[in-house]
Amino acid sequence: MTTVRIIAWNTFREAVRDRVLYNLVFFALLMMVAAILVGQISIGIERLIIVNLGLTAISLFGVVMAIFIGVGLVYKEMERRTLYALLTKPILRWHFIVGKFAGLGLTLLVNTAFMTAGLFLALYYVTRTLSLADFQILTAVYFILLQLSLLTALALLLSCFATPIVSLVCSLGLFIVGSFSQDIRAFGEMSQTPWMEGFATTVYYLLPNFGAFNVIAGVAHGKTVPVALILDNTLYALLYIVAALLSAVAIFSNRNLK
Amino acid sequence: MPVVEAEQLTKDYLTGFWRKVPKRSLDGLTLEVRENEVFGFLGPNGAGKTTTIKLLMNLIFPTSGSARILGRPPGDPSMLRRIGYLPEQPYFYDYLTAGELLDYFAQFYGYDAAERRRRVDRFLERVGLASSRDVQLRKFSKGMSQRCGLAQAIIHDPEAVFLDEPMSGLDPVGRREVRDLILELKREGRTVFFSTHILPDAETLCDRVGVLSDGRLRGCGAVEELVSMEGQAVEIVFELSAGAGLPDGLEVTRTGDRYRWQIPEADLYAAIDRLRQSRALIVSVIRIRPSLEDYFFGLMKK
Amino acid sequence: MTLLVRAGSRARPIILAVVTIPVLFAAMVPLSQRIEARIAELEPGKDVLNVASPKLIRQMSLGYHGLMADIYWTRVVQYYGGKRRDQDANFPLLEPLLDITVTLDPHFLAAYKFGAMFLAEPPPKGAGRPEAAVKLIRRAIDANPGDWRLWHDLGFIYYWDLKDYQKASEAYAEGARNPRARDWMKVMAARIAQEGGTRQTSQFLWLQVRDSTSDPSIRKNAEGHLMGLKAEEDAERLKPLVDEFHRRTGRWPSATSELVAAGLLRRVPADPAGFPYGVDQEGKITLHAKSPVSSPLLPKPGAPTWALPGK
Repeated sequence: MTTVRIIAWNTFREAVRDRVLYNLVFFALLMMVAAILVGQISIGIERLIIVNLGLTAISLFGVVMAIFIGVGLVYKEMERRTLYALLTKPILRWHFIVGKFAGLGLTLLVNTAFMTAGLFLALYYVTRTLSLADFQILTAVYFILLQLSLLTALALLLSCFATPIVSLVCSLGLFIVGSFSQDIRAFGEMSQTPWMEGFATTVYYLLPNFGAFNVIAGVAHGKTVPVALILDNTLYALLYIVAALLSAVAIFSNRNLK
Repeated sequence: MPVVEAEQLTKDYLTGFWRKVPKRSLDGLTLEVRENEVFGFLGPNGAGKTTTIKLLMNLIFPTSGSARILGRPPGDPSMLRRIGYLPEQPYFYDYLTAGELLDYFAQFYGYDAAERRRRVDRFLERVGLASSRDVQLRKFSKGMSQRCGLAQAIIHDPEAVFLDEPMSGLDPVGRREVRDLILELKREGRTVFFSTHILPDAETLCDRVGVLSDGRLRGCGAVEELVSMEGQAVEIVFELSAGAGLPDGLEVTRTGDRYRWQIPEADLYAAIDRLRQSRALIVSVIRIRPSLEDYFFGLMKK
Repeated sequence: MTLLVRAGSRARPIILAVVTIPVLFAAMVPLSQRIEARIAELEPGKDVLNVASPKLIRQMSLGYHGLMADIYWTRVVQYYGGKRRDQDANFPLLEPLLDITVTLDPHFLAAYKFGAMFLAEPPPKGAGRPEAAVKLIRRAIDANPGDWRLWHDLGFIYYWDLKDYQKASEAYAEGARNPRARDWMKVMAARIAQEGGTRQTSQFLWLQVRDSTSDPSIRKNAEGHLMGLKAEEDAERLKPLVDEFHRRTGRWPSATSELVAAGLLRRVPADPAGFPYGVDQEGKITLHAKSPVSSPLLPKPGAPTWALPGK
């Protein structure tokens, strides 16, 4: 396990040195501009706009980061042969996979934490108060983190056998389709033939249900997220991540390095 | 216990775009490396040397056959702790400095921070990179990367080291330093297995060598034995007396008035007789020490 | 388990993956269902549209209007289906959602037709806003001038929901001018102008609606109306028999079986759904309470009433 930690920390360090965290600057600018503009409009829905905009930006920035870094996690090391020296240290191949996952996860966590702080600052600037409902924002952020972790695991899996371009397209595709998975099931229910409905339902259950992690609209309207949903979503993410990482380990453990 | 045991190690690669055709890059390799010996793995480029080392390091998997290092299968973490590996043309994380890279790798051996610092300093010194400790690896020359690679291979005092083309990319000074390092490792009681296509290096360093060509082991054994298999030769230098002609059927090289004639040792006295009959003036008779190169090319010709 | 232990270190992760992953996905199924239910509750009300401006949505779709139109269309269908399932007779979002769909894709005929039908249809089956339906179809005609059937859709709203026979006739006449139009368009224009609303005309037009659509909701609705019209036809034929019974006995029959007993009918008459007709205290033919057939002209005693929105 310490091996995993060593690799995770190094992955995090690599992301930081790659100046990945600079995206925080853009986010900060975005939030500042939004806060100032919204302050001018002042039609009673400032909070709604800031929360919607902020959480959506956090989600999207995170998705981009998870995908762009994730698809290179394993591929880059295989291609550049940095793996040669690493895999001859006293570690097992699965340590490498889990370590990479944890490292990118840590990067996303740090990034998201800074952004959330920025969001709360903007919110305070605009509304001058922080109510209890605002802590639901943290729930929404937690769900975003779950979503990003799942996306990372999928990008990592793809990275084990596909080139970055292919992995990028597939990850993006999975994210988009997974966000519309509700509509896929509805499409199945609308269809005429039973086998089409069965097919659509199967696809719905196989695809990662990213829509389920999106409570941004509800939280923006001040709704409370039930604890049961938090537990269910956490479990769902966990199950799917384990499935993805198991597949990644199975593939990577059998790869002949060029 | 032998440090390395390979038994019928075979590796096929699938080549071709659509219809995959298997190409055999290593064919039934069987060899042994003993404790505290320096073993040279020789062969032309593409012979399968790197493939062999990658198989031993569990970076690729054999099509058939098996191998054991220190009695354990390749990839066994308890064994990996006791061996070191230098890849061919090593490439490391270029956003790290030399010191950071060595520290990173050292972490896997369980050293605490203080011990790691000591080792990083010591081994950077040993490979001559002490002044580049805080230089980012992306700025390193090929020679510097090679040295860094050597440092990470031995930083944990392994019992056995596996070096893939350790002299490549080094200037003569660098090569000398690597040679000295290998001898030092041997003196420390460690085992060294290295591959190279530069024969003179192997000759001076190795206790035993294995010659690989086209994926097959052509010869394996102690340098003296292999070399002596070529048979001893002698060289007679002579001059012809005035008016005498060269005896027929001699393979000689002529420089001015002097003739040099190489013959197997067994034929020496018969040759001297012939020269006496021709009234040649014998200048010198010396034994020629055959080289590994001769042995090597002899093997290649077969 | 022993297989796992004996397998080589390379095979082990594969075996583990192959065995565990199906189990993981199986566990995700009930989890997904629970999550879906709770997420639906969290949505800020089924009747709230976050972005209501169709033009803005069209701009945001970055050129992929067709796809966005399809997505909004599925939302229309889900919205309508959800309301019907929940027995909710309010459809406030129907018009805006349709508005967005046809702004994204002005040639989306299915959306126009669906909207025309269910915007005009009175609750509980629709929004009960025929003027909105007229507006929608007029947009459809503007964007699709060559489609003569849209004139029929327009004319039918005037005829059936608004009972404006003049405008209806004009619409059918306009559509008949298209050389591709069927002859019945011209016939309808003339007949409606002359006779106004008749059951024959209504039956014919509803048949046209039923047979020219592939949308199951529209077809079902048309069949429902056709059954209703058939029931009215039956009632009209039964009425003289009931009156005869009254003349003979001085009272109204309590059930149509009495008409059979009196020799006026051979067997108990059934509506198109197979349920027997009844007779009420005033001698009017009624529909069976459990029958799916309904008609504004025929009472249905004992049937549950919908919660209708206040007018």
